[in-house]
This record gives sequence, C-alpha cells and structure tokens, in this order.
Amino acid sequence: MEQKISLTVNGQQVERTVPARRLLIDFLRYDLGLTGTKEACSVGVCGACTVLVDGKTAASCIMLAAQASGRAITTVEGLAAEGERLHPVQQAFIDMGGFQCGICTPGQVMAAKGLLDTNPNPSDDQIREWMMGNLCRCTGYYKILGSVRKAAGR
Amino acid sequence: MHDFAYHAPTTLPEALELLDRYGDDARVIAGGTVLVTLMKQRLSQPGHLVSLANVGVLQGVRLQGDGLHIGATVTQRDVETAPQVQSAWPLLAETYRRVATVRIRNLATVGGGLAHGDPNQDPPPTLLVLGASVTLASSQAVRTLPVSELWTGYFETAVQPGEVVTELIVPLPPVGSGSAFLKFLPRTEDDYATVSVAALVQLDVSGACQDIRIALGSAGPTAVKATRAEAVLRGKQPTDALISQAADQAREEVGPIADVRGSAAYKRDIAAVFVRRALQQAIAGAR
Ligand SMILES: Cc1cc2nc3c(=O)[nH]c(=O)nc-3n(C[C@H](O)[C@H](O)[C@H](O)COP(=O)(O)OP(=O)(O)OC[C@H]3O[C@@H](n4cnc5c(N)ncnc54)[C@H](O)[C@@H]3O)c2cc1C
Ligand code: FES
Ligand code: FES
Repeated sequence: MEQKISLTVNGQQVERTVPARRLLIDFLRYDLGLTGTKEACSVGVCGACTVLVDGKTAASCIMLAAQASGRAITTVEGLAAEGERLHPVQQAFIDMGGFQCGICTPGQVMAAKGLLDTNPNPSDDQIREWMMGNLCRCTGYYKILGSVRKAAGR
Repeated sequence: MHDFAYHAPTTLPEALELLDRYGDDARVIAGGTVLVTLMKQRLSQPGHLVSLANVGVLQGVRLQGDGLHIGATVTQRDVETAPQVQSAWPLLAETYRRVATVRIRNLATVGGGLAHGDPNQDPPPTLLVLGASVTLASSQAVRTLPVSELWTGYFETAVQPGEVVTELIVPLPPVGSGSAFLKFLPRTEDDYATVSVAALVQLDVSGACQDIRIALGSAGPTAVKATRAEAVLRGKQPTDALISQAADQAREEVGPIADVRGSAAYKRDIAAVFVRRALQQAIAGAR
C-alpha cells in the first residue's frame, strides 16, 4: 500500500509517496539517490547504515521510511555542503587513517557525530562504549578510536 | 517484504479501534526494531501496521505515588539517560544501558520490549526484581498486571489481541537497598546475554538481609525469579558461605536451553557464578 511521507533530509523538506514497506535506507539510497549510507548486515547489528533521526543515531536498515515521517534525518551527505570543507569528524577519519575499504565509514562517521553532539569531550571508555556496535572488518579499531579522539579535539 | 498498510493514529482510542477493525491481520509497531526485522525475514506478515509513535498519551515519564510511570513508547535510551531514573532507579538505568547499542536503544521502546516476550532480553529480570507492573488497554477495558504475569512462556505474553501496553509502572526500590545487573557477554558487548542476573538487597540494622530479590534472564522460557535462592539469605547475615549456597540454589532453579551461547549445563554454572557476583555487588551497595 502507498504511504505519503513528509520529512526533512539533510535540512531539506521532502514529500514523497512510497510503498509502506519501503525501508528508510532504501528510501535514502534509491528514492533520493543518497548512496552514502551503506547497508551491510541488514539486521541492526553492524552500524553501517547509521543515520541521525532527530539528531540521534538510528539503524536505517530496520526502520521504515513511514516511521521517519515528520522527523529530521541527517545522512553523511548532510555533514558538509557541496564544495565546502569536510565536517571535522570526516576530516579526522582522513587525518588519522580511520578507514580502509570505506564501507563501514559513513556509519562510523555518523555514530561519532551522534556521540560528539551529545558529549563533546568523551573519554576513551565512552568512545569505546558508544562506537562498539559499529563494526569494521579492515581498519582495526585503534585508528577509529584515534579518529574520534581527534574529532573531539584531542 | 510483503505489502501492508501503515496507520499512524494520534490517539489511543483510534489505535485500539484500528486493532479491533483489522483483528488478526493487524500488528502494533512501536520502534520497529523487532517487528521490521521479523517482516524482512518474512516471519511476520501483517496486512496492517498500527504505529503508536504519534499517540501522545503513550509518551513521557511521570512520577506518581506508586512509582515511576513510563509511557510505552518512551525509548530505552530515554529511560537510561533520564536524570530521575539514574538517581532513584539506578538498577533500571544500568539495565537499559546494557541493551544492544545506542542506535538500537534510540529506536527500541519500553513497551515494545515488554510485549516481545523474549526471555533473552535484559529488562525482564530487573523489572521482576523491582516488582514492576504494566498497564494494558483494549477498546473494552484497562487492566494492570505485575510483570511476573505478563511473560507466560517462550515469546508468549498475556497481551491479548486488540490490547496495547500503555505504560510500565516501577515502584521505588526499598530505602538504602543495593542492587546489581550483570550480563555475561563472552562474544561481543552488544550481544544478548548468555545469562543475566538482577539482584537487590536491603539490609536491616544488624546487617541481615531484610529484603532480597534475585532474578535471571536467558535462563528459561521466561525471565525467572530465583525464589529459593532468595530464601537462603532472607533474614540471614550474608556471609560468603551463605551467598555461595544461594548461588548454588539458583543453579537448580533455572532452566536454560542450549544454543549458540552455550550448553544448558554451562549456562547453569554461569548462572551460579553471576548470582554470586551480583549478590556481592548488591550487598556492597547496601552497606
Ligand atoms: C540488533 C539488535 C540487538 C538487540 N540486542 C538486545 C539486547 O542486547 N538486550 C535486549 O534486551 N534486547 C535487545 N534487542 C531487542 C530490543 O530490546 C527490542 O528490539 C526492542 O525492545 C523492541 O522494541 P520496539 O519498540 O522496537 O518494538 P517493535 O519492534 O515495534 O515491536 C515488538 C513487538 O511488540 C509489539 N508491540 C510493540 N509495542 C507494543 C505495545 N505498546 N503494546 C503491545 N504490543 C506492542 C509489536 O507488535 C511486536 O510484536 C535487540 C534488538 C536488535 C534489533
Ligand atoms: S546494515 Fe543496518 S546495522 Fe548493519
Ligand atoms: S573500512 Fe572496511 S569495513 Fe571498515
């Protein structure tokens, strides 16, 4: 069945009619062409699909687009406007070598942004606890920890 | 995923009316973390989803005479981080903190967790220990049940078709009590528990256990209260020997099943170890 949804994506008002079964991640990637958000496990476990919903981290692979109606979504594309400087979290991942293949990276970056927005000066333990559910199969977690630390200005 | 209709009512009567109208073909959706996953796997194929997200009365946390009333759609993350929960119900805050990851707790609701009836979830043992109850509403009636009567079997609950969990009521823990929630996680930090234990102890002036409550998760078809283990310590000085005796008793009271997280015998042994540790921690907190 079709469902009319109205939401903000990266600051822009979006109104669409989508099948009720459309997942938020598919809505972002296929309906809006925002392919920065990646899908890996599809069941909420890996964190690759992390976006912000009303500023809070959420797994877009187990959320319906209909559930996002009326809410504000931020994806990795929303961090730095076209042609502008990268967001400090993105820059920190580059500076610290916080990624290799990059599949997990948009999710890592969004998770880190979600952390720093609520806690600008996290301890290493707080970073670990927050980021522990964002899995990376290639970089190794020390570089990711270092990236978040750098983004926090340490 | 199969085709379905999505309804987003803004009042409880509307939501209940939709559930009545579509009967067996309707399913409540709150955070969707369980339901969307089940639908993706084609394990659940309702024709109508009734979202509770916009039903105002199910939101928010209120302090009343009989305890904290937590609306069904309050997220698990909001319980964990609420200052009043952290100060007066530290056991509750700690338990919700241990559920999955932040990105799941930001979506997962208190009511969704209760209604799912999964014995491997973290909140059930803690809610048993705190003597919590739930309010259920249908278009016909409103009733309140202790959580011990909510979970009736493996993924089975007392929630009837057409009924919705409206709130969780958590009484204040006894004055001066200490508590602990321990989750054994040999695989990853965000996993379901191999075994979990919630314990609460209140000591009298002589240092004897005046109030003692122990419950376990991932240790049977529902979360279980270890009443015989409690009896070992009730009214007694909690010596190391008696604590070990209570832990051994708990081993006999649980009925875990073998799965990827371990054999039943292993989980029984772990249950004893974690009951002992949880008691030690709760007693230290009470002193
Ligand atoms: C990746 C992942 C990891 C997890 N790890 C853990 C963990 O470590 N520990 C743990 O405890 N849990 C864990 N969970 C489970 C989590 O606690 C549940 O997914 C969550 O509590 C469900 O809440 P929800 O609001 O998303 O429910 P939904 O998915 O919306 O609904 C779940 C069920 O309850 C019904 N329902 C929902 N709300 C109501 C209501 N108010 N009244 C009546 N019926 C209702 C729905 O119809 C459905 O059957 C995990 C889940 C995921 C996806
Ligand atoms: S793809 Fe969503 S959490 Fe893994
Ligand atoms: S950079 Fe390859 S999975 Fe993380």
